[in-house]
Amino acid sequence: MSTTVTTKEPASGIRRAAAGGQAGDSVFSALSLGAGVLILAVLAAVAVFLSLQALPTFRAPAEEISGGAGFFSYIWPLVIGTVVAALIALVIATPLGILVALYISHYAPARIAKPVGYIIDLLAAIPSVVYGAWGTTVLASSLVPFYTWAAEHLGFIPIFSGPASQTGKTMFTAGIVLAIMVLPIITAMSREIFIQTPKLHEEAALALGATRWEMIRMTVLPFARPGIISSVMLALGRALGETMAVALVLSSGPLMASLIQSGNQTIAAEIALNFPEAYGLRLSELIAAGLILFLITLVVNMIARAIIARYKEFSGAN
Amino acid sequence: MFNTASSAPVATPSSGARKARLTSNQRPKWLVPAVGVASIVVGAALSALVGFNVALWAVFAAVLFLVAATLAVSLVEGPRNGADSLVTYLVYTAFVLAVVPLISVIWTVLANGLPGLNANLLLTSMNGVTGATDNAAVAGEAPVLGGAYHAIVGTVSITFWATLMSVPIGLLTAIYLVEYSKGAWLGRSITFFVDVMTGIPSIVAGLFAAALFGLLFGPSTRFGFVAAVALTVLMIPTVVKNTEEMLKIVPNELREASYALGVRKWRTITKVVIPTAISGIASGVTLAIARVIGETAPLLVTAGFATSINWNSFSGWMTTLPTYIYYQILTPTSPTNPDPSLQRAWAAALILIVIVMLLNLIARLVARAFAPKTAGR
Repeated sequence: MSTTVTTKEPASGIRRAAAGGQAGDSVFSALSLGAGVLILAVLAAVAVFLSLQALPTFRAPAEEISGGAGFFSYIWPLVIGTVVAALIALVIATPLGILVALYISHYAPARIAKPVGYIIDLLAAIPSVVYGAWGTTVLASSLVPFYTWAAEHLGFIPIFSGPASQTGKTMFTAGIVLAIMVLPIITAMSREIFIQTPKLHEEAALALGATRWEMIRMTVLPFARPGIISSVMLALGRALGETMAVALVLSSGPLMASLIQSGNQTIAAEIALNFPEAYGLRLSELIAAGLILFLITLVVNMIARAIIARYKEFSGAN
Repeated sequence: MFNTASSAPVATPSSGARKARLTSNQRPKWLVPAVGVASIVVGAALSALVGFNVALWAVFAAVLFLVAATLAVSLVEGPRNGADSLVTYLVYTAFVLAVVPLISVIWTVLANGLPGLNANLLLTSMNGVTGATDNAAVAGEAPVLGGAYHAIVGTVSITFWATLMSVPIGLLTAIYLVEYSKGAWLGRSITFFVDVMTGIPSIVAGLFAAALFGLLFGPSTRFGFVAAVALTVLMIPTVVKNTEEMLKIVPNELREASYALGVRKWRTITKVVIPTAISGIASGVTLAIARVIGETAPLLVTAGFATSINWNSFSGWMTTLPTYIYYQILTPTSPTNPDPSLQRAWAAALILIVIVMLLNLIARLVARAFAPKTAGR
């Protein structure tokens, strides 16, 4: 008898808790559903509001657009500049990022690997404006001798044609700063995937007499290839949209082939530099440029995510 | 030089054939260090020929070492081991290359920022500071006046509003994804678009907020809250992803135990699931704050630029630390004497980095101190 009395107390407590809301249940589920839908709505709103504000640009007569030859001829040098800056960044950051990831996952002693991972994360945590400030004061001036040398000896290649910039504030410098900024993305993601390589594959390769590099080439890299590709795509998305590094480092100008003269411009930096003073049609023009940038990065990111999603289905990881 | 290095191990020690068999085709311990020293010396000589500087010396030495060490190992141990050691050295080189800019950035910020870090910077704004003030400072007639107090105020209030908006939305979305959607198409598409949202360029988020408020209040509407909306767009995906991960590792047994006691689902979530994961969620939110607090581009197009203190996020232009740094570098207060502006910019950069690093550290400590008590992973 006494046992039923003692169990009655908690039971009624629970019942009270349970009774605390049929209504609560549906409110809570509606709230969380609403939050999820809100996110989709925000993403749609980004596209819609940018399009609405960009509309005057697409309607305006060609001669009223900056440059006086229509929106297309205004935007395409910027698109090319954006792509070139991002490509320089990727060409430098991809091999470096993968090698650093290999260092953390397969080369460094376990005791060192963790702190090194933190250090790479630190690299990602530094605000972009600080990289920009560093790039424009330290990196740009220290690259001038290299640019001068390249203009003298490699000047026959269009991208190194002189005269080299004497401030170093060039597309190439901007690309290097971007590379430093996207390196942690590639490293962090590749490392995650390198670590997931099945241990049995690695040990089988080593048991067959493979050297460490042969083991990595035959087991780790094939396993991680989709992951590496998607990490590079994500880094590309970041590099395309990065603003401050380019706005501070590059002394901009019209599109040109040489990467070691001042010149060229990216969409993001063009917006950041001109938006604060813009009004009327110019405002709409810059928003239209932003819309183009949004679409480019959207496509790049969707491809990256699609690769990751497909890869997840096959790997059984996670 | 490398020929002697490679021929050395062939000379078998006289102590016995057994030892020779074991060590044949094995590089002696001194081989690679010797090649390293030789590369440094030859690199120094080569760079002296062209015009000596340390960077050039390092590049020459590294390239020489990579080539020479690979050749030496290949000659002694065969091409497969040669390739192996080449990759090993490349990996170490890459690591050094990745760390050099980090050290350089931190060194630059410390060296340029520490001299300017004083009470003046922390406690005064740029109100009334003109080119003349800076010229006087350069001429030595007055101390460097003007500070970043208004920027710190702006950073704090804009980040506060962004956090206030994005945390509930992000948290509830993560709860929907983990607890409610169960792999339905809506859940899958939200996950996909949250991932896509992570990749939105920050300037586009700024343009979105500017376009939205431009339609509502007329073009060129700029105040703190517009910037907070832009930062919210950037912050939500980070909060959702982190929270989702944390909720996923809450063991199902806890939920089932709660259901078995007849507790409703929303009570289970608020009383059991979230308290279990709260440390991870808190550290995820801290990391998200650390990410948006350093954003510059969206603030340029949404918050304008102020020189005086403004605590009100709903009217008037605001400055934050990143935009303060940006404008002090790009448009120095005194165009003829940019040094005081640069000094203020670097000191502000130092403050910003310290804030970001502290937030990261706090996130790690929180995550470690209250790590979920599970056998989850």
